[in-house]
This record gives sequence, structure tokens and C-alpha cells, in this order.
Amino acid sequence: MLWCRDSVFVQGGYTLSADLRIEAGKVTAVIGPSGAGKSTLLGGIAGFVAQRSGIVSWNSADITALPPHKRPVSMLFQDNNLFPHLTVLQNVALALGSRLNPTRDVQNQVEDMLARVGLEDLATRKPAALSGGQQSRAALARALLQDRAIMLMDEPFSALGPGMKAEMLDLSVELAQAVGRTVVMVTHDPADAARVADAVIGVVAGKAWEPIETARFLNDPPAAFIDYLG
Amino acid sequence: MAQRVVAIIAALIVAGLVIGPVTAVLWRGGGFTALSAADLSALQFTVWQAFWSAVISVALAIPVARALARRSFWGRSALISIMGAPFILPVIVAILGLLAVFGGNGFVNLILEPLGVPKLDIYGPHGVILAHVFFNLPLAVRLILQGWLTIPSERFRVAASLAAPVFWLLEWPMLRRIVPGAFAVIFVICIGSFAVALTLGGGPKATTVELAIYQAFKFDFDLSKAASLAVVQLCLGLGAGLIALLLARGDMLGAGFDRVVQRWDGSRLLDATWTGLATLFLMAPLLAIFIAGLAGLFDLPIGIWGAALRSFLISLGAVALTMALALPLATKAGEAASLLGLSVSGLVLGTGMFLIVQPYVRPSSVALPVTMLVNVLMALPFVLRILRPGVESARVDFGRLGQSLGLRGWALWRIVYLPRLRRPMGFAAGLTGALAMGDLGVITLFSRPGEGTLPMAMYQLMGAYQMDAAYGAALLLVMLSLGLFWAFDKGGRAHAVV
Repeated sequence: MLWCRDSVFVQGGYTLSADLRIEAGKVTAVIGPSGAGKSTLLGGIAGFVAQRSGIVSWNSADITALPPHKRPVSMLFQDNNLFPHLTVLQNVALALGSRLNPTRDVQNQVEDMLARVGLEDLATRKPAALSGGQQSRAALARALLQDRAIMLMDEPFSALGPGMKAEMLDLSVELAQAVGRTVVMVTHDPADAARVADAVIGVVAGKAWEPIETARFLNDPPAAFIDYLG
Repeated sequence: MAQRVVAIIAALIVAGLVIGPVTAVLWRGGGFTALSAADLSALQFTVWQAFWSAVISVALAIPVARALARRSFWGRSALISIMGAPFILPVIVAILGLLAVFGGNGFVNLILEPLGVPKLDIYGPHGVILAHVFFNLPLAVRLILQGWLTIPSERFRVAASLAAPVFWLLEWPMLRRIVPGAFAVIFVICIGSFAVALTLGGGPKATTVELAIYQAFKFDFDLSKAASLAVVQLCLGLGAGLIALLLARGDMLGAGFDRVVQRWDGSRLLDATWTGLATLFLMAPLLAIFIAGLAGLFDLPIGIWGAALRSFLISLGAVALTMALALPLATKAGEAASLLGLSVSGLVLGTGMFLIVQPYVRPSSVALPVTMLVNVLMALPFVLRILRPGVESARVDFGRLGQSLGLRGWALWRIVYLPRLRRPMGFAAGLTGALAMGDLGVITLFSRPGEGTLPMAMYQLMGAYQMDAAYGAALLLVMLSLGLFWAFDKGGRAHAVV
């Protein structure tokens, strides 16, 4: 269980309070109007955003003071998920260590993962030579290969067309769940949540709410979200 | 954490290299009472020539920039690129080129003499100003052209449809905003320019403070006098630098001149005349060097090759050290700090370093390392200006990704920052290399004949009236300077993925 206990995150004069528990192994969507603090919540969990008070813990281990790379967290960012000057293979291999010419063993693991996301033939390409969907797949492969229990997704597919976005969302959740990851994903589209999420965290006006089961959240939303969901 | 330590060490090295010599100068030269009448007249001349050099450069630049802003013609972008070249052109080469055109046996006198016009003499105050205009006219044109291109083209359309006076409505307000800054930048450059005064100045009428420092070293062997003159130059530089900081706008190294605004006013003939004259003025000396130098290349004394090698090594050393200091300092604070060093002239730093080393070693034995260090300090502000945007955008774009992958310290630089910075690093290294290659400044204080750099050797050839060899050396020097710039810049661009 990922637990944000009485947590307050601060980013550039803006604060977000969160007091919530996210169930392990489940898919949780974070929904709310833009500017409400969805990305700040993810940044707080990942350790990018300063925490003013409270405790963040994973399976009862306190991770509040840990730097990003020591947290049990991998992340798919909104953009810039791949280094443009490195090949797909090098980009994905960074999940397993800071070497640009990975060992045979690492290469095998990377190639396995690339095959799972459907990029087996493109390992030597640079990101600029990939389509938007293929870039997303490479980033997903890297996030999955990082051996971290939680995968955070900060709307990484928002630049894709609707069909491709749905396809990538399905693929990410399917592969992540297959290896037992806990997924927390930001979205501004309730349909995304309905499609893949077990529960929904509503974020509004600087406060993140306790997760509510998806169907219940969408059919009978808390008062604060009625306007937003329309 | 480790990164911050490296940045602090780099900052301390730079600060030490500036503050140490400045302290030495203040220690030895403190008190203005030592100034003689000659020193005062040097002070007066320094300010006077810098003022007129800046005024004339800016005044001539305005019509040229306007012509470039509103006319599109074959070679326009090449001409604008060439206007960036004087920045990396060795000063001594340009001076020899100017001598070939405007000197006693120069081109202009050859044409004017039969017409009964009195002979033009390039040595003296007007020669100093002429050379400064040669160097700074292109800079002024680029700065003012930038201003012109900031006026949105819609405004010209509105003005044309209203038949409104374009100059008073659009151009005058822009000039009032840009010209003081351009003037101030050029004023600062001319206050601290040494090689021009060394070659074309001299005598009671045309001695700058920096030239007086040199003379105190070389002719009077009077270190106290040199130091107190260096204090004067220090105050002058800091004062002018402060004024420039208040007035200067725009980016000296800026790009993006490829836009021509469509206009409905102005005379085509007038614009063509101005651009033609400017091109002639800038190109003729370079052409002269090229033509005379080709023949002279075969007359080069053997010692030139050693000097060329020394210059080349100084250049490479300066590039390496500048990059090593610049990368950790590529922050806003680092850039601000390095600007402080810019207002302290190379000759003042050289005087200070001379005072520091002189009790312990023979100054001529450290001539080359000192020259390298001074060039590093001079190049650093420009290099930081070039690198900082790249470092910042890499940090914004990939900082979090790097953090989440646990890339820190050297791995972060190796995998993320250095590859992202290839292009600006190549450009910055090229500038540093070319500037160090062509520098004729502090080396004149330290070096003895036969042990100097290529610009120094070339200056000595000119002094010995071996003009053919001097032209050859000039061509060699230009080729090495521009070659270094080209090679580094090219290296940064090759295979760079942006």
C-alpha cells in the first residue's frame, strides 16, 4: 500500500494536500481540472516536489526523505521520456545502469522487453526516427524494466491520437499488471479512468481525495467533481 | 552535492585568477599621486579615442543596418556572416590589412597621390580610431540590425497604408532604445583595446593608458609606474563596464538575421551605396592580406613555425581550461561573476600576474602559461553566455528523467548534458581557440623575441619592416585562427541530434 499521510507538497508557491491510501497492485487514476494539482501529487510521490509535512510510505516503509532514484517508483513523463541523442537500446538500458554500451546480459533483457512492447526491430534507431506511438512504447519499456513496484504515468500519451492513446493505455496497464506493478496515472479524461482504472483519486483546488472505486466515482461523483465531470 | 563542490572550486579558481592580479596591482600601484602629465594625457586620449570610435562606428552602422534590414539581395546573408568575423579575426592581422590599404604606400595613397591630395598618414590618433571603427562597425551593424528586426512587419504595413513618416514613428524609438547600448559596448571595447594602440598609436598625442603600461614595462622598467597606470586602467574599465551594463541590451552573438521586412519607403540607390561602401571598407584589408600573404608564405623565416606551434598549443590549452571552468559555472550566478572579469582588461591582469611571479621566477619563462590563463579569463564570459541556455534547457527537459534513472555526477554529465551541449560547446570552443590564437596583449609584457606567439612574431616582423614575411605570417595566422574556429564548430555540429 502506498500511503500519503497528512502530506503537503509544495511546488513554486503552490501547495497540494493529500491524505490517502493507494492499494498495491491496482490501477488508480488521478482526475481533476487542470491546475488542480494532479502532476504535483505524482511529483510528490516520485520525490521531485518538496514535501512540507506528513509522511509518504510504501508497504509501511517511510520513503519521505528518499531521493527520486531510491524510491520504488518509475515514471512516464508527459514528454521528454527519451534522450534524443541515444538509441532506443541505450535509452531503455539506462533502466538497468548508467552504461551506454550495456553488457550482453543487459542487452538481452532490453531486447526481451522491446519485444514485449513490439519494438524488437527498432533497437538501433534514435527517437527522432520513431513515430509518436513507437516513442511511447520505448518509454514504457524503460519504465517497466526499472525494477520498481510503482509505475507513475503523468499523461505520457496525451500527444497521441485517440485510438493510439487508448491502445497504449491498455498495453501499459496490461504489461504493468502482468509483473505486479501498482499503477497511478494522471488523466483529464474520465473515459480513460473508466477504461482501465480500479479506483479514482479526485484532485480539486489543492486537495487530493481518498480513492473511490471507479464506477462509483463516475456514476455518483462527490459534490466537488460534479461540475468538472459535467 | 559533488556537483556543487565542483562549481564552487571552479568559481574560486576564476575569482582567484582575477582578484589575485588585481590585488597585486592595487598593492604596488596604490595612490594617484604618482601620475605624471604624460599619464594624464594618456588617460584623456584613451577616453577621447574610445568616445569617437564608438560614435563613428554607430553613426556609420545606422544606414548600413537599415539597408540590410529592408533590402534583400544576393550575398546579403554572407555579408551579415562576415560582419561576425572581426570578432575572431586577429587584431594584428586586421591592422596589417588596414596598413596595406590606408598606409603610407597603401592602396588609397597610390590612387590619391597623382590627384594631388596630401598623403594620408595612418599612424596617430585617426589611425587608432580608423582601426577601431573597422573592428566595431560590424558589431554595431549587427546590434542595430537586431533592433530593426524587432519591429513587427505589420507596423510597417500600417505606416505605409497611412503614409505616416516611418522614421519618426517606428525607427527613431527603436534607435533610441538600441543605440546607447551599442555605443556603450563599443566604448568599453575601445577602452581596453591594446594591440591597436601598440601598432598605430604612440607618441604624446596617441598613447592610451594600456600602451603607457606597456611602455613603463618595456622602456622604463618601472613596475611601480606600470602598476599605478594599471590601477587607472582598472578604474576606467570598471566605470565603462558599469555604464555598459546599465545601457546594453541585445545579444552580441545573436543569430536569426535571415528575415527581410518588406518596406515601401527609402531609396534603393542609397541603400546600395551604403552596403557597398561598408563591404569595401571591411573586405579590402582582408583581400590585401590574402593577396600579399600568398607570396609571403614562401618568405617566412624559420622561427615563425615555432611561434605558430606555441600559439597553437596555447590555443588548445585555453580551450580545454575554459571548457573545464565554464561547464560547472554555466549558471546565472556564474555568468554574472564572469562579467566582472571582462571589465578588467587583459593587460591589467597581465601586469598583476607579472608582479606576482616576478619575485620568484623569470617572467619570460612563464610567458606562455600566463598568456593562456589571461585568454581563458577573457573568453569565459562569452563562453558562458553561449553555454548557459543549453545547460538550462537540458536541465528543464531531462533533469527529472535523469533523476528518476539515478544519473548523478559524472554519469549525468556524460550521458545527458555533454551530448546535449555538443553544438554550443563546439561553437564556444571555436571562439576561444580563435581568440587565443590571435591575441596580442599580455604576451608583449612577458615574452622575449624568438620565444613568443605567432601574433608576437608577426608584430616583430612588422617592426623590422620585413613586410613580405609579415604578410605571410598574417595569412598563416588567419588560416590558423579561422581553421581552429571552423574545426571546433564543425566538430560540434557533426552527428549532433537536437
